[in-house]
Amino acid sequence: MWKPEPSLADLRYTVEKSGLTPETLLAAYRQMCLIRSFEETIADRYYIGKTPQFNMAAGPIRGEMHLAVGQEAVAVGVGMHLRDPDAVVSTHRPPHHALAKGVPADKLAAEIFGKVTGLCRGKGGHMHLFDAERRFSCSGIVGASFPQAAGAAFAFRHRGEPHVAVAFAGEGAANHGTFAETLNAAVLWRLPLVIVIEDNMYADSTPKWQALAQPHQFQRALGFNVPSYLVDGMDLVDVWRAAKEAIERARAGYGPSVIEAVCYRYRGHFEGDAEEYRTREEVERWRQLDPIPRLGERLKRLGWADDATLERLRREAEEEVARAVAFAEQSPLPDPAEALVGVFR
Amino acid sequence: MTRTMKGIAFAIAEAIDQEMSERPDIVVLGEDVTYWGAVFGFTMGLYEKYGRDRVIDTPITEQTFFGMAAGAASVGMHPVVSLMFVDFLGAGFDQMYNHIAKNHYMSGGQFAMPVTILTAIGGGYGDAAQHSQVLYGLFAHVPGFKVVVPATAYDAKGLTIAALRDPNPVVIFGHKLLTGLPFLPFEGQEEAVPEDRYTVEFGKAAVRREGSDLTMIAAGLMVHRCMRAAEELARDGVSAEVIDLRTLVPLDRETIVASARKTGRVLIVDEDYQSYGMTGEIAFQVQAGAFDALKAPIRRLAVPDVPIPFSEPLERAVIPSVERIVAEAKSLLAAGVRA
Repeated sequence: MWKPEPSLADLRYTVEKSGLTPETLLAAYRQMCLIRSFEETIADRYYIGKTPQFNMAAGPIRGEMHLAVGQEAVAVGVGMHLRDPDAVVSTHRPPHHALAKGVPADKLAAEIFGKVTGLCRGKGGHMHLFDAERRFSCSGIVGASFPQAAGAAFAFRHRGEPHVAVAFAGEGAANHGTFAETLNAAVLWRLPLVIVIEDNMYADSTPKWQALAQPHQFQRALGFNVPSYLVDGMDLVDVWRAAKEAIERARAGYGPSVIEAVCYRYRGHFEGDAEEYRTREEVERWRQLDPIPRLGERLKRLGWADDATLERLRREAEEEVARAVAFAEQSPLPDPAEALVGVFR
Repeated sequence: MTRTMKGIAFAIAEAIDQEMSERPDIVVLGEDVTYWGAVFGFTMGLYEKYGRDRVIDTPITEQTFFGMAAGAASVGMHPVVSLMFVDFLGAGFDQMYNHIAKNHYMSGGQFAMPVTILTAIGGGYGDAAQHSQVLYGLFAHVPGFKVVVPATAYDAKGLTIAALRDPNPVVIFGHKLLTGLPFLPFEGQEEAVPEDRYTVEFGKAAVRREGSDLTMIAAGLMVHRCMRAAEELARDGVSAEVIDLRTLVPLDRETIVASARKTGRVLIVDEDYQSYGMTGEIAFQVQAGAFDALKAPIRRLAVPDVPIPFSEPLERAVIPSVERIVAEAKSLLAAGVRA
């Protein structure tokens, strides 16, 4: 979904027309840096004990690890419009969505390390992150997020609350029956629901052109008369503007929307992925569209930041991540007895 | 005040009505829950009273309306969801066993999942392999569901109210031949049911008939067949005790074990499939708690591991009948190996 970079005049017009302020864009930049740094630090710690022989059970972070490095603009562009009582249901690749929803980085990191100080006291792990206070949940089952977000949206509408629910999913998940089923129900009941499809081109290892009969989800959504946006998911401004409209529409009671954000993950589907399905050159090409330097350049062109400001924001974010990961590393593991507690309330 | 009630369907619907009238968090979701009362009557009368805002016919999309129940529960609602026939669980089981049953545990206790699932079970009226199953063993196997199998109208009402006050997922398995609806055979009994609200505690089995020669353990419809078998056995001088489990999860081990220790002979009767199911679990609990008191190996009567066939003689051959329960009980009585 590459688009030519706008002229300064067009950029200024777009940004000002959509209500983006320097404060908002600088906050978005910092938040994207935070997510990038968080995921890269997690990746770094993940490989402790897993080299030279890759063993998923070894090291301080066990199991699979799905990271979204490259997809930060989607999470942040949507998350900036959300408040604590809005609900987000994410996927098997959830840390960027969690951070963008305001889930604290320290408890998030601790959960990924399986520590008792984690969000779920070590019972969830990175695919099952929950934060009731910020109404963030996710599922390791592809396609499960759509109806759950619709259920939260149903509750908001039913109770007359001004909240919205957001379902994140990949383009692979959109092949699941729950996507069509949820669109149908959401229109039928005018639910305050925003479905965000992160089209990162690959369902695990399967390229989308091997799995989609037609390449765009917005076309499917239009079949249900759902307002839909096709946006450049590597462009914070593009995502932010679409999300603003969709979320405002949902809050005002006008029902669901779909945002199809074309983006790219720079790392494998999971850590340890040999990535036979794509070339290095392809990844490098998408690196040119990296959403973080792209936004940084625009901030400079607009005169809203200089290199020193961007550097300071990046450093602040990295320091916050370092503190969060240190908290996780230093936290105790759960008592084994905890395993038998909490099936029922 | 009590009145006579025939069957569990009206009892369940009345329980939901009485809780809904004071609880705005309760909504009813599912296929045909308005005009048809979820087909087997569990939601009858609710649409007329509460309207479509709270009693909602869903598209035929089990994975989506069960997912919606999970999402609504996660922000404070108490959805009552109809799974019309338990046989349809395959169309939505992911949201049930991977989400509704697990989110409380996986979230470290943050997300309660107060979801009450109503489902119709059982055969015996010619509905064949995809509309006659029981399958509560599947739910009982997965951690996170409470499994409720009412055999009487009194229990159906009290257990349903308990389910609606429970912050956990509860599945209520109502046997079609106990509903008391005019279009189905009825194998229950008319009984007095209080008009007021009351609860029946989960995990407390009922001794429906006291006896000294053997113990028969069952749930749902099979409780009634065991009671009729016990009457026949009594005519032959055999004193059979009948235990109604009421809930499989939580399970009342104490009552089962005490009865097994008293009679020394145990027959478990189940309308679910035989292998890896309820009968095996109960047998384990009996031997673990009463091994030294058993006079003979534990027996079981369940659906031999075949789908439920259509034709009447075939169906009768696989679902435990009163005659086969009597025969199995007599065989067990003759099989004593220890005094």
